Amino acid sequence: MIKEAKKILITGNEAIAEAAIQAGCRFYAGYPITPQNEVPAYMSLRMPEVGGVFIQAESELAAINMVLGAASAGARAMTSSSSPGISLKQEGISYLAGCQLPAVIVNIMRGGPGLGNIAPAQSDYFQATKGGGHGDYRCIVLAPSTVQEAADLTALAFDLADKYRNPVIILGDGMLGQMMEPISGFKPQIPKSQSKTWTLTGAKNREPHIIRSLFLGEGVLEDWNKTLQAKYKKIEATERRYESFHLNDSEIILVAYGTMARIAKEAMNEARAKGIKAGLIRPISLWPFPVEPFIESSDKAKNFLVVEMSAGQMVEDVRLAVNGKAKVDFYGRTAGGIPTKEEILQQIKLINK
Amino acid sequence: MKSDDNIIFSRPESMRDKLTHYCAGCGHGIVHRLVCEVIDEFKIREKIISVAPVGCAVIAYDYWNFDCIEAAHGRALAVATGIKRVRPENIVFTYQGDGDLAAIGTAETIHAANRGENLTTIFINNAVYGMTGGQMAPTTLLGQRTATTPAGRNNKNEGFPLKISEMLAILDGVKYVERVSIDSPQEIIKAKKAIKQAFQNQIDKVGFSLVEVLSACPTYWGMKPKQAMDWIKNEMTKQFPLGRLK
Repeated sequence: MIKEAKKILITGNEAIAEAAIQAGCRFYAGYPITPQNEVPAYMSLRMPEVGGVFIQAESELAAINMVLGAASAGARAMTSSSSPGISLKQEGISYLAGCQLPAVIVNIMRGGPGLGNIAPAQSDYFQATKGGGHGDYRCIVLAPSTVQEAADLTALAFDLADKYRNPVIILGDGMLGQMMEPISGFKPQIPKSQSKTWTLTGAKNREPHIIRSLFLGEGVLEDWNKTLQAKYKKIEATERRYESFHLNDSEIILVAYGTMARIAKEAMNEARAKGIKAGLIRPISLWPFPVEPFIESSDKAKNFLVVEMSAGQMVEDVRLAVNGKAKVDFYGRTAGGIPTKEEILQQIKLINK
Repeated sequence: MKSDDNIIFSRPESMRDKLTHYCAGCGHGIVHRLVCEVIDEFKIREKIISVAPVGCAVIAYDYWNFDCIEAAHGRALAVATGIKRVRPENIVFTYQGDGDLAAIGTAETIHAANRGENLTTIFINNAVYGMTGGQMAPTTLLGQRTATTPAGRNNKNEGFPLKISEMLAILDGVKYVERVSIDSPQEIIKAKKAIKQAFQNQIDKVGFSLVEVLSACPTYWGMKPKQAMDWIKNEMTKQFPLGRLK
């Protein structure tokens, strides 16, 4: 279909959907919610073309549990939603983590809490990076800032999910989902499904496979948790991703992720033009959180300024990473309010006084 | 298969040689066995992917000798949908209690059935929550005392016993619904026949099939096993009449 084109003009939502198809995703279940509706609509068109399954589920709960079933049967499986719907999926995400099943969950964030509104927001950072559902578990969280990166990280998400048998969240916002940008294409992948030795296929010439998260025997669940924690340690050690600018000579370092980072970068460039030594750290993996650039720069920089479309969530991880070595300020807006370049510059000037 | 001609009755290959955790007189042991006998008779053990519920049967996989996944409470038919759509050649069934299928999982049950998913569901109705200590189930009879209806279920506060099989029978996507009992050997034979039909339908790819089994919970009914079987026959079947609904 569209993969033949050299440059493709496409929305973030559709890029995520096509990238998933190209990455071998053959099962999608979802439920309508704005601003991610282009994902299920695209999937309903494309899945039949590639012999995959599309189901419009009766609820977010059903959708995530269908994904859990499909993943247990060995398929690359995905669901997508937006904030209120992602809250409903948390039960299933906890079970995916508890059962060690790979799946990709896309959250195109909107304003909250409650029903909120349908404008872009980043207020689900805590929910995505700190667990979200019950129990000690982690999801890998990837935060694209452009449509191209949304496509690339979606492909990566399926590989990481399979590699670690763990749910991976693509955390975008309504702006990323809705806007169109030219992208250079997709990276088709062949999933290494033959390496999945644990799936449910029927117990032919082998012992039955049991996929579970219930362990009642004394100490058994604790051992299972130790296994999970060891896996999370390994992910923390190997999967931290970020982009940074001007860390060597900056006095003020902006920190932002996703589309917010693009506005922050504009503010950084303008500050530099005005002679203020500003830099930027853009975490790409929100969990594991990339601590290196903070450790690297917190001896030299006097200030970090975290900018979010939230009341201040990632700022807590920045403070942990900076560990008191520099001042960490925050500027954010909620509920569809988007910090502008001018507002960020104003904050920079206040700090630079 | 054993070659010894003297053996006329043995444990199905689909059942592990393991002592169950079920209480004395519990119906799960009987129904587990019926399901396993049917699977053996169809020679489909190696194609089975089963979905265990949350409830007393959550660790059914300890007793079954085929692939199994544990679903979150009520989500068995959503999980089974995902499995069956990915692996249409496997035989996928859910085994669910009344709380799982008819309370917390009502939406998943109705919509999987309405989509006509080519699945088999074994629905154990024992009118009570067993695993959590005998609380009211959606199918608890009026007047029945439970841990959360100490004065007996009163429809003014708790509503009526939910006839979910009747509800499912009117859906276009549903091919087969039958309610059976295990209160006597004669009824057990009928129950097995219904379970066999429900698996036959999936093998024939005709659509969604459900067998509701009226089952005993002597522990939380406060009865002896024989008394419990009689209660199914004399009380439960009045509210939940046996027979084919579709």
